[in-house]
Amino acid sequence: MSQVHIKTKINGDNIEFLCDPEETLLDILRDKLHLTGTKEGCGTGDCGACSITLDGKLVCSCLVLGAEADNSEISTIEGMSNGEKLHPLQQKFLDHAALQCGVCTPGILVAAKSLLEKNPDPTESEVRYWLAGNLCRCTGYDKIIKAVLDAAKEMRS
Amino acid sequence: MMVKVRIWGSLQKATDNKEFVEVEAENFKQLLDNLSLKYPKLKPQISRGVSVAIDGLIYKNSWFTPIKPENEVVLMPYMVGG
Amino acid sequence: MSPLDNTYEKQFKVIGTRPPRPDGIEKVTGKAQYGADLYVPDMLYAKILRSPHPHAKIISIDTSEAEKLDGVKAVVTSKDFSKFSDNKPSDTLVNCIAHEKALYDGHCVAAVAALSNTIAKSALKLINVEYEILPHVTDVDEAMKTDSPIVNKGYVLENVPKGFSENVTSYYEFGHGDLDNGFNNADLIVERTFKTEAAHQGYIEPHACLASMTPDGKADLWCCTQGHYNVRALCADIMGMESSQLRVTPSEIGGGFGGKTTIFIEPIALALSLKSGKPVKLVMTRDEVFKATGPTVSSSMDVKIGMTKDGVITAGEANLRYQGGAFPNGTVEMGAQSAFAAYDLKAVRTKGWNVLTNRPKQAAYRAPGAPQAIYAVESVVDELCQKLNLDPLEIRIKNAAKKGTKSSYGPTFDDIGLIATLEAAKKHPHYLAPLEENQGRGLSCGFWFNFGGDTCVTLNVNFDGTIGVTEGNPDIGGSRASISQMAAEELGISYDKVRTIIADTNSLGHNEVTDGSRVTFAVGLATIKAARAAIKEMCKRVSLIWGIDEDAVRWENGSAIPAGPNAGQFDPMSIEEIAAMSSQTGGPIAGHHEVNAEGAGVSFGVHLADVEVDKETGSTKVLRYTVFQDAGKAIHPSYVEGQMQGGAVQGIGWALNEEYIYGEDGRLQNAGFLDYRIPVASDLPMIEPVILEIPNPGHPYGVRGVGETSIVPPLAAINNAVSRATNIRFSELPLSPPKVLSSLKKEINDG
Ligand code: FES
Ligand code: FES
Repeated sequence: MSQVHIKTKINGDNIEFLCDPEETLLDILRDKLHLTGTKEGCGTGDCGACSITLDGKLVCSCLVLGAEADNSEISTIEGMSNGEKLHPLQQKFLDHAALQCGVCTPGILVAAKSLLEKNPDPTESEVRYWLAGNLCRCTGYDKIIKAVLDAAKEMRS
Repeated sequence: MMVKVRIWGSLQKATDNKEFVEVEAENFKQLLDNLSLKYPKLKPQISRGVSVAIDGLIYKNSWFTPIKPENEVVLMPYMVGG
Repeated sequence: MSPLDNTYEKQFKVIGTRPPRPDGIEKVTGKAQYGADLYVPDMLYAKILRSPHPHAKIISIDTSEAEKLDGVKAVVTSKDFSKFSDNKPSDTLVNCIAHEKALYDGHCVAAVAALSNTIAKSALKLINVEYEILPHVTDVDEAMKTDSPIVNKGYVLENVPKGFSENVTSYYEFGHGDLDNGFNNADLIVERTFKTEAAHQGYIEPHACLASMTPDGKADLWCCTQGHYNVRALCADIMGMESSQLRVTPSEIGGGFGGKTTIFIEPIALALSLKSGKPVKLVMTRDEVFKATGPTVSSSMDVKIGMTKDGVITAGEANLRYQGGAFPNGTVEMGAQSAFAAYDLKAVRTKGWNVLTNRPKQAAYRAPGAPQAIYAVESVVDELCQKLNLDPLEIRIKNAAKKGTKSSYGPTFDDIGLIATLEAAKKHPHYLAPLEENQGRGLSCGFWFNFGGDTCVTLNVNFDGTIGVTEGNPDIGGSRASISQMAAEELGISYDKVRTIIADTNSLGHNEVTDGSRVTFAVGLATIKAARAAIKEMCKRVSLIWGIDEDAVRWENGSAIPAGPNAGQFDPMSIEEIAAMSSQTGGPIAGHHEVNAEGAGVSFGVHLADVEVDKETGSTKVLRYTVFQDAGKAIHPSYVEGQMQGGAVQGIGWALNEEYIYGEDGRLQNAGFLDYRIPVASDLPMIEPVILEIPNPGHPYGVRGVGETSIVPPLAAINNAVSRATNIRFSELPLSPPKVLSSLKKEINDG
């Protein structure tokens, strides 16, 4: 089947690509655009490692087709810091040692950012439920939750 | 010098059902060599791998770890971890 | 004992602080490169065809149609591995690719490399495998019976007693004392049979590698692994290569927990690369990770313990039957040695049988073998305490192993931290906090041996006085930070002057895999020794400059100072000054250390768990959880806490939900994160870590491994909590809601 021509804006840049109709957005990001900060942990929507925002909505990029992204705005982990300046969530993850292996971290950061945009003052339990779709096998989540709450606090002040 | 070695339960079949055996040894390697000589039935297990605990500390395979007669020496299966 | 010049009594400057990790920014910005993140020019994508049958003879494999597909560059089967024709295939190779038989659902039978993943996937459908289906067995008790299908012949060791099928490949027995006498002295004996299912390590990053091999037999391999030196050894053997021709570079690793201590796909990628003449990338899907990489063993266990009215354990006995898939493994003997390690017993005996089944070859998982056995023992101890109306913590203290205890696995314990850990739990507010209806509190001890092993470290003093440390163990949880801390501490400089990297296989000698909680201990030890070697050299250089004896120069706070009769005669020379002159004083300065680090020192932990069981749904909520563990010395406390919390949560998952479910057809029913349910953030409370520091005499700073012990106690802690909350004694894991609910219903029906 012939490839589809897609126009998107990724992390603020206009980006066009050709994709097979059945190719996922995750595969496009990684294999075609080499934006490998977005990870694949399962490919079935169960782990959240591939979290991105598509037109402001938090999605698993493994469940989105590349072709569906036409004319959309995408944000990935690569767009989270502002040049040298880390996003407060990124900084708090470092301060709280909220990552061990770090492979879940990009997805969790993207998901947490999207939470704080909607709810700048979440409770612990709100953070836990919002991040329930992002698996982390290393940390037991403690330091992640603390880092998100602390970042929220800093961003409010 | 003779050292007294403790053999674990199922391995005692290879030492005529003896829990403790004595062999000449000044280090881990001599211990293994002389155990094999004295009790040839120990050879298959020794070649698969054994560790040794000397006074409670476990040594996986360092041949020249010294052993003294006053040490408590216990043979253990080769250790695996995760 | 060991002339280590231990300094754990001194005041530390860097050790015990929490500096940022060197790989941190890369990991929070998405720049860090994990196994699947490398792309090279002209690279092919590979996919694996796997057996849908748990046990089948492979009659033929026809790959011709697949080869004809446009974009397919190579197809391999076991025929492409000469070790099969030499008749010398290792278990590892047979596990990587099936030869005459497929041994489990998901066993690799062929692989394709193509221009894209899409083409590779289509090509798999064109491979025609003819199977003759054989009877299979996946349950451990079934597999032991004499009439069971035989999974894999020729593995039975000389030590296996008669009366079992050929699937029983090894047998171990440990213990001491007179059991009969011990049980006769008991006021109460509890005997129970327990079962645990296999749990997967569940790392979020699937196995991935990129191989590039040339016809002259040279190869480069990039992969996510816990031990690239081991990858090199295994792959070189399988490919018939010399080690020097295979360079393995570890990527960042997205979790391992033991599961990445061996290889699954690397030889396949190498063979495809050799055949196609191009670099080949091979990344597993999650489904493949579940079906074809190591989960842990599943177990069936009998435990019998006797206790007096006042809580003295008089005898303990455990029979452990572990299946670890289609190949033998060394897990059951570790379980049999660990089972009663926390107790000071006059009479104890443990027996273990290793059993083959048509399941994937088990791989190490944190403290392999210990969680199952200790779950069974700790559950029976708790039941005894409950029935005799005794405080379970007091009883643990009363019977605890201590210095001078003849351990259940043989040696007499030296200083161990168990009683201190139990006392810490007793003093903690958690222990006496009130509970409400349908809630229960569980307690369990845990134990692990910890290892050292082969380790190499090189420490270079750069011309500006900063330090480059090169070590050979993939960093799975912040170890680069703790290694830098130890180097900085020893040299008396600040943490940010040190950068630690992980070398490829050509840059250092052999390093054992990152396992057995060994890295902070063994690599730390080698780093300290390497730093001491560099200090010695720096003092020598300064002695030349000052024209005094080498022994008359001392190292203090990052500077050389004159000592003895020369004290005060010269101004101290800082590491920066010494480094700047190193060309003139003899050349670049470095220290290195190569060692087989022994004497790691065992570790104990105690966990407290509060749960609430919903009697309508059977689901269990963990309300509060506290982990007490002896770390010897916590180099970077945040990462020690992380190990304690992460291990605890993995154990909670294993206790409550995680299990391999095999159907009657021998196929794995739940090969995905939706149905194999690992804990998510909303399942859990905060996990409170309490670190104890009882120095390990085998390490210069007193470090003890911490990575594994923490997965051991949760199984029994949760089981005991649920059992107390419901007043039903459970003896099968996981305590998934349907299982708990049916027991609750049965209890109601039975009145
Ligand atoms: S990779 Fe998309 S949810 Fe796991
Ligand atoms: S830090 Fe490893 S999966 Fe989260």
